[in-house]
Amino acid sequence: MAPTTADGAVATADGRADGTSLWPLPYRVAWRRRETADVVTVALEPVGAAAAPYRAGQFHMLTAFGVGEVAISVSGTPGTPGPIEHTIRDVGAVSHALGHAPVGALLGLRGPFGTDWGVDDLADRDVLVIAGGIGLAPLRGAIHQLSQRRGTGSLTVLVGARDPDQLVFTADMEQWRARGATVLCTVDAAAPGWRGEVGIVTTLLTRLALAPERTVALLCGPEVMMRFAAADLVDLGLHPDRIRVSLERNMQCGAGICGHCQLGPLLLCRDGPVLPYGGTVAALLGQQER
Amino acid sequence: MAEARAVLLGTDGIERLVGLLAGRGYRTLGPVVADGAIVPGPVNSSADLPRGVHDDQSPGSYRLSRDDDPSLFAWAVGPRSWKAELFPPGAVVFRTSGTGSEVQVVPVLDDAAPVAFVGARPCELAALGILDRVLGASEHPDPLYSARRAAAFVAVVECARPAPTCFCTSMGTGPAAGAGFDLALTELVGDGGHRFIARAGSSVGDSVLAELGGRPVPPAAWDERAELLERSEAAMSRRLDTDGLAALLARNLEHPRWDDVAERCLSCGNCTLVCPTCFCSALDDVSDLSGATERRRRWDSCFDLGYSEVHGGPVRSSTRSRYRQWATHKLSTWFDQFQTAGCVGCGRCITWCPVGIDITEEAAAIRASDGETVRKDGQA
Repeated sequence: MAPTTADGAVATADGRADGTSLWPLPYRVAWRRRETADVVTVALEPVGAAAAPYRAGQFHMLTAFGVGEVAISVSGTPGTPGPIEHTIRDVGAVSHALGHAPVGALLGLRGPFGTDWGVDDLADRDVLVIAGGIGLAPLRGAIHQLSQRRGTGSLTVLVGARDPDQLVFTADMEQWRARGATVLCTVDAAAPGWRGEVGIVTTLLTRLALAPERTVALLCGPEVMMRFAAADLVDLGLHPDRIRVSLERNMQCGAGICGHCQLGPLLLCRDGPVLPYGGTVAALLGQQER
Repeated sequence: MAEARAVLLGTDGIERLVGLLAGRGYRTLGPVVADGAIVPGPVNSSADLPRGVHDDQSPGSYRLSRDDDPSLFAWAVGPRSWKAELFPPGAVVFRTSGTGSEVQVVPVLDDAAPVAFVGARPCELAALGILDRVLGASEHPDPLYSARRAAAFVAVVECARPAPTCFCTSMGTGPAAGAGFDLALTELVGDGGHRFIARAGSSVGDSVLAELGGRPVPPAAWDERAELLERSEAAMSRRLDTDGLAALLARNLEHPRWDDVAERCLSCGNCTLVCPTCFCSALDDVSDLSGATERRRRWDSCFDLGYSEVHGGPVRSSTRSRYRQWATHKLSTWFDQFQTAGCVGCGRCITWCPVGIDITEEAAAIRASDGETVRKDGQA
């Protein structure tokens, strides 16, 4: 007999209904917001039992029933009441189905899984966020939290995108600026009306007056972008352990038991996705086909 | 050597054991001959066991032979490990009914009867210990494996006839039975006749032993066992030098031997299918025309191109990188992930590799030229 609790939520083998088993919790699409031509933010609310609270940088496994399941980082802000936001780029069958699920549709959610950005430890640090493309989504909650923290640290957000139409969360950027953050954007290819920078995101580093000894950097984007950005930051004097990167591999179980997310000694769903760049990770990112 | 919880059984003792396990509600599996190999199968009487059947193994080759040897367990290991019974090659995780805003998720729970293994090998017992760490001790344990494993009864039979592909002595997993069994049997066919020493290793094993009867184990039988294990160890010609092996492989990721083995490897995944510790699985969602859906789990292999697929393509597209992933996982990064080796030395991957690639030989080749690298343009 299925271990279903009174409110219809699925319990785990040991009786917990926390969403981290192999059985998804049903969540309803509360609202959707188109961010760019191929990126949609989908807000989900639980039908029965809710998953455990997430921390910024963690991910959920989202199911489009009958299509499949993929790992999607939360793009919302921890502690915010209301539906959980995930920002999804349409890159395959599952992400397409998730992004096109209409308001009211049921999706499956498991998690939260993995490590987080650790923003609670950063009250008095200067924080430098570097995001490439949709890589801003897993950072969005952390930036919201950091822009509202009480402390002496500054907040700088560097965002790179292929072209101005690919920039996500531009409304949020205004809010972050209003709260005192420095937000700079660059694109690979400008378009009429673009008044920001042109070039890869690391070129923005030359515009900053970094205090390396009090700075922590949070990086998320294509692996090659993170590799070059981290190397530049080390050259600028940041200790590699104070650079945090969010890594991606194929993820299927979220529980550290299916093997797909291995990166050398790491299981990224368990040991990551957020990891310090220093030591192991810097070496791993330099190895081809790991 | 004196053991408190041990008895000497005649061949009728095996018959009694099989009947007793059935009486306790177990689905009893033991070694049976099927499709030209010794594989786990239903055992209803000791007559189902492979009396006088031997396996002759070498890299890329496995053949059975028969003679008038009365032994039931004079063979090494077959292509199917017991893993498949606890962690099935395919299983439905959940089903859904309804569509759109009315989807219901119905978890599929296991209702299989508890399973008893009669005739697992010491290396396979060690493999179950590894899977216990990987699948059972995760923060989010696998419910199917955990439930089946907790209910399983394991009667291990110590090895009297290792294959030339075996290297369990290098991995510390045999030929004697290590910890974790319910019952350990040693088959003796010396001058004293055809007998079994049976030892209990758990409270369930204790109660089974008490019911089995038998008589005290005479010193001569213990001596015979010691000689048997000594002979088995001596017969183990294959070696894997494990001294500093994890670090050796970790610092030789660009060793030319990976290119060499990639020239031979077919990336067919046979090694991962026969391996008793390979645990990788994939989740597939399927639907039918009514809108009902299922999520199915199936064994996956790191040799499959899709295994490392992310948006943009596979991370490990070359055969070199896929063999390297498998071998370094078994012998190096498994320690980082699960604090144990991922290899028990059963030799299946050597026997069942269509081209006879030998993990012990590959590791030795890297050790022989530790630090050698290939430049990125492919020239040594």
